Formats: sequence, structure tokens, C-alpha cells
Amino acid sequence: MAQKIIAGVTVDVNEEGYFTNPAQWTKELAAEVAREEGIQLTDKHYAILDFLRERHSKGEALTIRSVGNSGIIDIKGFYGLFPGAPMKKAAKVAGIPKPASCV
Amino acid sequence: MHRCASPLSKTMNMANEEFPLKKVCIICAKGTIEDVYAALVMSNGAVMEGIETKMFFTFFGLDAITKKTMNCLHTGTVGNPAMRMPGGLPFPTLLGVIPGVEAGVSSMMRSQMDKLDIPPVKEFLEMIEAGGGEVYACKLAMDMFKLKKDDLWEGVKEVLTVGQFYEKCGGLQTQIIFT
Repeated sequence: MAQKIIAGVTVDVNEEGYFTNPAQWTKELAAEVAREEGIQLTDKHYAILDFLRERHSKGEALTIRSVGNSGIIDIKGFYGLFPGAPMKKAAKVAGIPKPASCV
Repeated sequence: MHRCASPLSKTMNMANEEFPLKKVCIICAKGTIEDVYAALVMSNGAVMEGIETKMFFTFFGLDAITKKTMNCLHTGTVGNPAMRMPGGLPFPTLLGVIPGVEAGVSSMMRSQMDKLDIPPVKEFLEMIEAGGGEVYACKLAMDMFKLKKDDLWEGVKEVLTVGQFYEKCGGLQTQIIFT
């Protein structure tokens, strides 16, 4: 399994840089991963990351619609916070696997 | 049989990495649930990948962006050999002609999709729009069905001729997809 040193901490990741062990995730690591993606994390970002991590821990599908219905942010805002590919980027920063959902 | 790393597949992988898809233009010409959702899922998926996305609705596909019809699309219960009963048995075509069956099957399909977090048509279009995707309507088909811009969902960006749509489809790493 691949490993990567992020902010001085060794983390297990896959070949695309997604955490393979969500338990290794911390807020500090998230900030560093986000920086690599060109994103400066705000409280709003962290609220979304918490939401995604919670859904993942419950085994629920990560869909963009669920983020839009989370009450944290609407979908347009989500695209604004994680520009380009929001679900993939947010999952990467949240330390969870790449979303396997098509919606 | 799976063959590893043939010279051809290596070249193709390099091409995929060097020339990722940048833009998709997706055309929807039919108005059944499955045809419309194929276009919507492909488009929303593209937007979520950061791919520039343009949708073009024409002929019966216009039902998907017409206010009156967009949230009550049907699937055909007649002449569809892939149609199955809930248990998996074939769905007799003769059953499909009974009044109300098509509506029932269609609403069952919509509720199944809702369980998978697949939104209704209007909400799906709004999601695509929120991510920067653009939705266009075909002028010729609108003339044919006597539809006006006001009849369409507010998010439709423009009514275009085929030529105008092609003008928007230019650029390297662009694909036109007909669902």
C-alpha cells in the first residue's frame, strides 16, 4: 500500500492520493491536502467534510444531491467551494474513498 | 481474456492522460424516462467531473424541459422486450396496453430512482445548471410542436438552430453524445 507524508505525518493512501484509512484523518491533514488542491479551507468547508465523513461512516452513498439537501450549502455553493470536481475533491480532503456513486 | 500492457493499450492510456475529455455536448431526442435520464445522468456526471457540458433537447426530448410535462415522463410498456415484472418475469406486451398500467409502471420507476437519490427531472436539471452545465432547446422541434420559450423550464439558456448548437460544440477534446 502506498504511503504519503502529509504535513509531517505518514498516511496510507491509494495511487490517486485518497486516504485508505479514514481514521488517520485530522483537520490539519485536511488543510494540507486542500492546499495541494488549491483550496483554503473555511468553516463551511469543514462542515461539509464532517457531513461527508459521517455519511461515509454510516455506509451511505455520497451523492451531490445529499450535499445539496444537507442544510449546509446548496449545490451551486458546493461547486464554488470545491471548484472543478466537487465530490471527488471534497472526498479526497475529507480522507474518505473516492465516491463510487454516479449521481 | 485480459491482456496486460500491450503496446496499443499503453499508447491509449497515454492518450487518455494527455488528452482528457474537456467538453461534452449531449443530445436528447426522446421523451421516455430512460432516454431522458440517460442524458441527465451523463450530463450531471460530466459536470461533476469538471467537464464543460452542453445539453440539447430536440423532438420528444423537449418534454423533459417543458414545464407541463417535465416531471411526469413515462416509460413505454409496449414493445419493450427488456421490460420485466417486479419478480423478473417477462412483462406481457398485452398487459402494457391496459389503461393506467403505463402510468403505474412509470411511477414505480420514478420511486425506485428516488431511493437511489436520483432526483426528479427539474431538480436534476437545476443540479446540472448549478454546476455550470448549459441547457438548450431545438428551434425546429419547437416550431413543430408549437412550443414557445415561455413553455419551457426557466433554466433553458437559449433556443438554437442546429448550426448554432454546432458552433457551441467546437474545440479540441470535445465529444458529441446522442443518447
